[in-house]
Amino acid sequence: MSANAVALSYLVASVFFILALRGLSSPVSARRGNVFGMVGMGLAVLTTLTQTPNVGLIVGGIVLGGVIGSVIARRVQMTAMPELVAFMHSLVGLAAVFIAISAVNDPAAFHLHVPLPTGNKLELFLGSFIGAMTWSGSVIAFLKLSGRMSGAPITFPGQHLVNLLIALAMFGFGLWFFLDPATNWLAFTLMIGTAFVLGFLIIVPIGGADMPVVISMLNSYSGWAAAGIGFSLAHPMLIIAGSLVGSSGAILSYIMCKAMNRPFLSVILGGFGAESGAVVTGGGGAQKTHRSGSSDDAAFMMSNAETVIIVPGYGLAVARAQHAVKEMAHKLTEKGVKVKYAIHPVAGRMPGHMNVLLAEAEVPYDQVFEMEDINSEFGNTDVVLVLGANDVVNPLAHEKGSAIYGMPILDVSKAKTVLVNKRSMASGYAGLDNPLFYMDKTMMVFGDAKKVIEDIVKALE
Amino acid sequence: MELTVDPTISFLTVFVLAVFVGYQVVWNVTPALHTPLMSVTNAISGIILVGAMLAAGPLDTDWGAWLGAAAVTLASINVFGGFLVTQRMLEMFRKKEKKGAA
Repeated sequence: MSANAVALSYLVASVFFILALRGLSSPVSARRGNVFGMVGMGLAVLTTLTQTPNVGLIVGGIVLGGVIGSVIARRVQMTAMPELVAFMHSLVGLAAVFIAISAVNDPAAFHLHVPLPTGNKLELFLGSFIGAMTWSGSVIAFLKLSGRMSGAPITFPGQHLVNLLIALAMFGFGLWFFLDPATNWLAFTLMIGTAFVLGFLIIVPIGGADMPVVISMLNSYSGWAAAGIGFSLAHPMLIIAGSLVGSSGAILSYIMCKAMNRPFLSVILGGFGAESGAVVTGGGGAQKTHRSGSSDDAAFMMSNAETVIIVPGYGLAVARAQHAVKEMAHKLTEKGVKVKYAIHPVAGRMPGHMNVLLAEAEVPYDQVFEMEDINSEFGNTDVVLVLGANDVVNPLAHEKGSAIYGMPILDVSKAKTVLVNKRSMASGYAGLDNPLFYMDKTMMVFGDAKKVIEDIVKALE
Repeated sequence: MELTVDPTISFLTVFVLAVFVGYQVVWNVTPALHTPLMSVTNAISGIILVGAMLAAGPLDTDWGAWLGAAAVTLASINVFGGFLVTQRMLEMFRKKEKKGAA
C-alpha cells in the first residue's frame, strides 16, 4: 500500500471510532456503534499489517491476545465489570511503556530518525510516563475493586510531599533524557521507574466509593497514553483514537465528581473516609433509635402499595442480588403495584454500574430512571426500597455544614414509607450517620441483600 | 516565513480537533450506557496495538521486537476483550427491548 492509501485508510478507521461512540447515545443504536468500532479496528490493524514485514510474530501475538481477551469477555461476571475495566486500563498502560522502550531501542522500525531527534524524545517521555502511571495506578485500582486489597484509603503523614518530590524527580529524569544528545538509557529507565511508583502512590490513598472517579480518570489516562505514543510515532490514527478515549474518560470523571459534589483534586488527593471520621463522633452523641422489621413485613408493605421505587446501590452488586430483585419486581407488578428503579450517578463502583446489572437481570430499561428524572416523584410514592445504598440517599446533604452538604441525592425521605436493606447500622463510605435510618417512616431490614430479597419473594407468593 | 510546517504542529491540530469531537460525542452518551462506554473506549484505546505492531515489525527480531510482540498481545487482549464484553452488555440492553414490545 502506498503511504497515501495507508493514511486514508487510517482516516476511515478514525471515523468509524467516532461513530462507535456516537452510537451509545441510545441503547437502540449502541450495538451498531459497537460493530462500527470493530470494523474501524479491523481496518486499522489490516492496514498496519501491510506495513510490517514480521507478519508471523505479529499475527501470533494478536491470536494469543485475542483468545485471552475473548475468554475473559465471555466469562466475566457483570458484577465484576469495574475490575475488568481497571485490568484492561493497566494493559494499555503497559503496552504504551513497552512500545516506548522499543522505540528508543530501534527508532528505525517506526520510521523515526536515528538517533532520535529531541522532539521525539520529549513525546516518548510523555507517552511512557503516562503509560507507566496508568499501569501501576490501574493495578492498584484492580486489586482494590476485586477485594484482593483493602478498599480503605491508605494514608501516611507527608504523603503529598512525598508524591510531589517523586513527581519532580520523574520530570528531572525526563528532562535529562530529553536534553542528552545520546540515547540515555539510565535516565529513561529511572524516569519510567519513578512513574510506576508515582502511579501506585496516587491511587493507594483513594477509598472504595471514590472508585467511579478513579476508574474514569484511569480510562482517560489510558487514552492520553495512546495519544502520547501517537505523537512519538508520528501516527495520526493513534492520536485521534487516543484523544477520543482521553476526553471520554475526562468527561466521565467530571460527571462523577459533580454527582458527589467533590472537587476533582480533593478526590485525587484522597483519604476522604479517614479525614471525616472525626466529624462523625461529634454528631453521633445523642442516642437515636431505629425501627427494624423482617422480610415478611417488607413484603406486606410493598404488596399493599400502589407505587414502589427501588434504589439499588453497591450492596446489590456485592450480594449479586439483581436477579432476585427483578423477580421481586415481577411479583409486585403482578399484584398491580407500579415498580420503578432510581439510579444515582455514583451508585456502585463505576459509571453506569447499576444499569448494567439491572439490564443483566432483564429489567426493562424504561423502568430505570436517572436521578434528575425521578427525584420529583418520591413525594407521590408509597414505598421506597433502598438496597445497599447509603450516602446517595442521606438527607444530611441538604444540611449546611455537613461533610456531604450540596451533594445531589435521591430524595427518598419524601416518600410515605422507606424500607432500607443494609447489613448493619454501620455508616457509609463518607463515615456519616444517616438521619434517614432514624425517621419514623423508615423501617430497616437487616441482612444480605440477596437473602432478604429472596425472602421477600417467598413472602409475596 | 518558513513554507513547511513542522509535522508536530499538524499533529497538534489533529489532536485538538479530536479532543473536541470526543467531547461533543461523549456528552451525548446516555448515562445508562456509561459502563459500555468505558468498555468500548477500553477497546478503542487498544488502538495502541498499531504502535505495538510497528515495534514488532522488523524482521531481525531483537529484544525490542519481542517487547513489541508482548505489547501486541497485551493490546489484543484489550481490543478483543473490550469489544466482546461491550457486545455482551449491549445484548442485555436489547433482550428487554423485545420483551417490552411483546
